[in-house]
Amino acid sequence: MTEIKRAKILKFNSEKCVGCLECEKACSQVHFKCDDGGEKSAIRIHEKDGNFQMHVCNQNGLCIDMCPVGAIERMPNGTVILNKNICVGCQACVAFCPLGAMKRSASRIEPFKCISCGACVRACPEDALELVEVDIGEIKQIVFNNYGGTNHG
Amino acid sequence: MVKGQFSWKDYDAGNTKHEWDLQKIHAAHKVLTEFKYDKNKIEKGFANKTLYINLTTNEIKEKPVTDDMKKKFTGGRGFGLKLLWDSIQPDTRWNSEENDLVITTGPLCGSTQYPGSGKSLCLTVSPSTNIVCDSNVGGYFGPYLKFCGYDALEIQGKAKEDVIIAIDGEASVIRIETAPLEEINTHLVSEQLTYMYSSKDDERSRQRVSVVSAGHGAENSYWGCLNFSFWDIRRKVARIKQAGRGGLGTVLRDKKIKGIVARVDKFTGVENAPENPEAAAKVGTKIQKEIRDLDRYQCNMRQVGTAHLVEIMDAYDLLPCENYRFGSFPKAPKIYSMKFFENFTRVIPDGCWHGCTMACAKTVDSFEVMTGPYKGHKVTVDGPEYETVGCGANMSLWDPKWIIEFNFYCDTYGIDTISSGTAIAYYMEMFEYGILNKERCGGLELAFGNFDAVMQFLHRMADGDTNEFIKVAAKGIRRVKDWLKSKNWGDHQLIEDTGMESKGLEYSEYVTKESLAMQGGYGLTLKGPQHDEAWLIFMDMVNNQIPTFKDKAEALHYFPMWRTWFGLNGLCKLPWNDVEPANNAETDEPSKVPEHLNNYVEYQNAVTGWNINKEELILQSERAYNWQRALNVWMGRGQRRDDWIPYRSMGPVTELEYVSRQERYDKQLAEIINKPLEEIEKMDVGKKVKLVYHHRQNQYQILSDAVYMRRGWTQNGVPTPVKMKQLGFGDEQKMLDFLAKKIQEDEENGLNDWGGVYSGSEEKPSKERRYWESW
Repeated sequence: MTEIKRAKILKFNSEKCVGCLECEKACSQVHFKCDDGGEKSAIRIHEKDGNFQMHVCNQNGLCIDMCPVGAIERMPNGTVILNKNICVGCQACVAFCPLGAMKRSASRIEPFKCISCGACVRACPEDALELVEVDIGEIKQIVFNNYGGTNHG
Repeated sequence: MVKGQFSWKDYDAGNTKHEWDLQKIHAAHKVLTEFKYDKNKIEKGFANKTLYINLTTNEIKEKPVTDDMKKKFTGGRGFGLKLLWDSIQPDTRWNSEENDLVITTGPLCGSTQYPGSGKSLCLTVSPSTNIVCDSNVGGYFGPYLKFCGYDALEIQGKAKEDVIIAIDGEASVIRIETAPLEEINTHLVSEQLTYMYSSKDDERSRQRVSVVSAGHGAENSYWGCLNFSFWDIRRKVARIKQAGRGGLGTVLRDKKIKGIVARVDKFTGVENAPENPEAAAKVGTKIQKEIRDLDRYQCNMRQVGTAHLVEIMDAYDLLPCENYRFGSFPKAPKIYSMKFFENFTRVIPDGCWHGCTMACAKTVDSFEVMTGPYKGHKVTVDGPEYETVGCGANMSLWDPKWIIEFNFYCDTYGIDTISSGTAIAYYMEMFEYGILNKERCGGLELAFGNFDAVMQFLHRMADGDTNEFIKVAAKGIRRVKDWLKSKNWGDHQLIEDTGMESKGLEYSEYVTKESLAMQGGYGLTLKGPQHDEAWLIFMDMVNNQIPTFKDKAEALHYFPMWRTWFGLNGLCKLPWNDVEPANNAETDEPSKVPEHLNNYVEYQNAVTGWNINKEELILQSERAYNWQRALNVWMGRGQRRDDWIPYRSMGPVTELEYVSRQERYDKQLAEIINKPLEEIEKMDVGKKVKLVYHHRQNQYQILSDAVYMRRGWTQNGVPTPVKMKQLGFGDEQKMLDFLAKKIQEDEENGLNDWGGVYSGSEEKPSKERRYWESW
C-alpha cells in the first residue's frame, strides 16, 4: 500500500464570519438533501462571546480503527469517509471521536461526518471558509492502546 | 507491530494459510432436507417465531412466539426454558433422543448501539449435571439467527452421520446437509464453513457468516463447548467465543452436528426495529463515552480484557492456585495481565459483536503452536481471558505461553477451559497425594506445573484414547471422585472435599473460602458453580457490606435475579459493572450501579416498547429463575442435597492449607470457640482444621435456610406453588401440581426442616416451619 500523506481540512476565518449558517445548510444538502442545517450538518458554527467558532472534523482518522465493519476509511486524497451502506449504526465512532465531530441525526441511525467536499466553502458568502492541505502525520490520532494510563496517541 | 489507523484490508495476522479444495468438500454434501420459509420482519426486538429442527426425522418447522410466552419468559434463556419444558421428560439425559439443544437470542440481541448486545443463550440437558444447563456466548450467530427471522433455534434428535445445518437468511432457506469431508476441530471447520457459505469471496461477505461448532475434545469428554464464530475482517480469520459451561458442545457432537451456519448479507443498525431507536442510541452512546473516558482508569478491559483481574485476585488471596489450596502464589506475577498484554495483538476494535467498545475479546495472532497435531502452525488464539489464566494458576502453569497453548487447544478441541483446567488441577492434587500416580494416569506424570503432561492429556483425550483414566478423567471431577472411591485408592473424605465441583459441574476460578456469601453464590445456583449468578466476594469479604445472614440472603436473591436478566435479553453482563460512572461510589447502592440499572430499563423499553421499571425488570428474571429451579426439581435435582459444595470451597481441607494462613484461621477460631488466641496457637493443627470444618459447614446450611426462604422456596429448596402463582404461572397446572406433590413428599420424608444447627443468638429465619403456607 502507498501511504497517504496529505489531507484537506477546513480552515475557518472567524473574523469574516457573520453567522448566516449558509455553510450548515449546504452541508445538509450533501448529507440529507435538505436545508435544515443544525443537527443535520457536519459543520457547525457556534457563537461564543461575540465570536464565531467552527466545529468540524479535522480528518484525524481515529474513527477508522473504531469501526467493526470497516465502513470508515481514509481515501487516497486523505479524507476520512464513512460509507453508510456498510455502516451498522453502532455509534462507536460517535462516542469515541475526541472532537465530537462524528455526527448523528435523529433521522438516520448511520452517523455522518465532514468529507472535505467544499460545499460549505462554496456556499459561504463571506469567504470565511477554505480548504487547506495538511500533513496527516501532524493530525493523525490512533485509538489508545497502551497499557493503562492516559496516553491518547 | 501495527500501531493503529490502517485500512482493514492491509493487516496480515501472519497465520499459517490452509490449502483446501473447498469445492470438492462442498460437492460431497448431500442435502437431506430443504425448508423454505417466509422471513418474519423483526418487530420491537422479536422475530416472533422459533425454529425447530429434528435431526432424526429431518423435520424442520416453525413455532410461534406468543404474547403469553413473552409475558412469562421474556425472551432469550427464558424462551429456552419454555422450549425445553415442552420437549423433555424428567428422565431425559444429555444423550437422549429427545434432548433439545437450544440457542436463543433475546429482544435486545443484535442491537448495535449498546455495548454487549450480541449474546446468545444456549441450553440443553447437561452431561455433567443431568439437569438443564444454560451458557451464554458472544459472536455473531445469535444476532444473525434473529436477522434470519428466528428468536431461537431448537434442535432435537440425532443425525446418523455428520451434518451441517445451514440457515440462509437471504434466500430464506434452511438445509440439513451431510458433511463428510470437513474438519472437526473448530479453528479449521469454522474457517472452512465461512468460506463455503459466504455469498461472495471477500472479507465483508465472510463477516456475514457465523458458525457454531465444537471439536474432537467435545466428542470425547463431558466438557464440550459451543464455539461461536465472528469473522474478523482485519485479521481475516474466524475468531471464536465459547458457550463453555456444562458440556453443550458434547451434546452438539452427540447429535452429529459439525457446524450450524447462519448467513445474512445485509442488516442495519435498526434491524431489531426498536420502538424508539433514538432513545436506544442515546443511552448506548452515553455508556460508550463512559467506556472511552473511564475504562483505562478502571478495568483496562480495552487493553487486556478480563485478564486484568489476575493481579487483583492474587492481591486479595482469591486467585485459585494449585487446585484452590491457596489464593495467591509467589510466581503469580509471571501471569499478570501485563504479561498477556505483551502477547496480545493490538488490533482493534475487538468486540465480539458490533458496537461493543468494551472490546474485551483479545487475541494473540501468529502464535506458534508448540505441541500436538498443529505443532509449528501459526494461529490466532482468542484469549486468554481471566478464567483461563486462573486455570493456569490452578494447574501451577506459570508461563503465559503455556496458558496460551492450553487456551488454543481447548478452543479448537471444543472443550471448556474452566472445566478442564479445574479438573486437571484436581487430578494433580490427587497425584501429589499418591491417590493417582503415573501408572494409574495412563503414563501421564500429572504433577502440578507439568505443562507437557497437561497437553498430552488433552491430545490423548481429543484423539479418543481408550485408557481408563483418560476416559473417566474426561468426564470431569464428579465421575473421577466416584472412580477413585470405587478403586479405594485414597481417603474418601479427602477425595470428596478437594474436588471442586458441585452438581457435577466444575468450579470457575475464584477462591471462596473467606466469603460465605460467595460460597452461596456458587452453591445455591441453578446450573452449578459458575460465577454468573452472583459475584459477592468484595461486597462480603472486603467491604463487609452484607454482614448478617439476612443481608447475604438478600444479596443472593437480588444479584442472581439481576444477572439472569442479561440472559433473557441477549446481553453481556460486563458493561453493567466492569465500567462504572465516575460518581458511582457516592450513590446509595454502588454495588448495583444504579445509573446503569436505569440505562437497562430505558434500553429495554426503547427496543420493546414495554413500559417496565427496575422492579419489574427483576420480576422478569424471577419468573425465569424460578421456572428453571422448578425444572431442576422436576428432573429430580434442584434440592438442598444438590446445593452441596465441596469443603475446599468453604475452608482449609488440609493442614498445609491451614498453616499457610494460620494467623487468619487462629484468629477466627478464637472467636468461634471463645478462647484466647494464645491457647488456640498451641492447639493441634489437625484438631483446629476439624473445628473450623464443622463451624463452616453449619454456616453454609444456615445461609441456605435464609436464602431459600428469601427466594420463596421450602427448606428443601423447592419453589412453592404460591410463589409460582405470584410470579404469573397460575395457569401452568402441570408444574403447580408437581410442586405441590413434591412438597408433600418432602414433608413425609422430613425434608421440610431447617438445615442449620442454631445456637446462641442465632435465630431461624422463621418461627413457623411451614412458613410458605401463610403467604
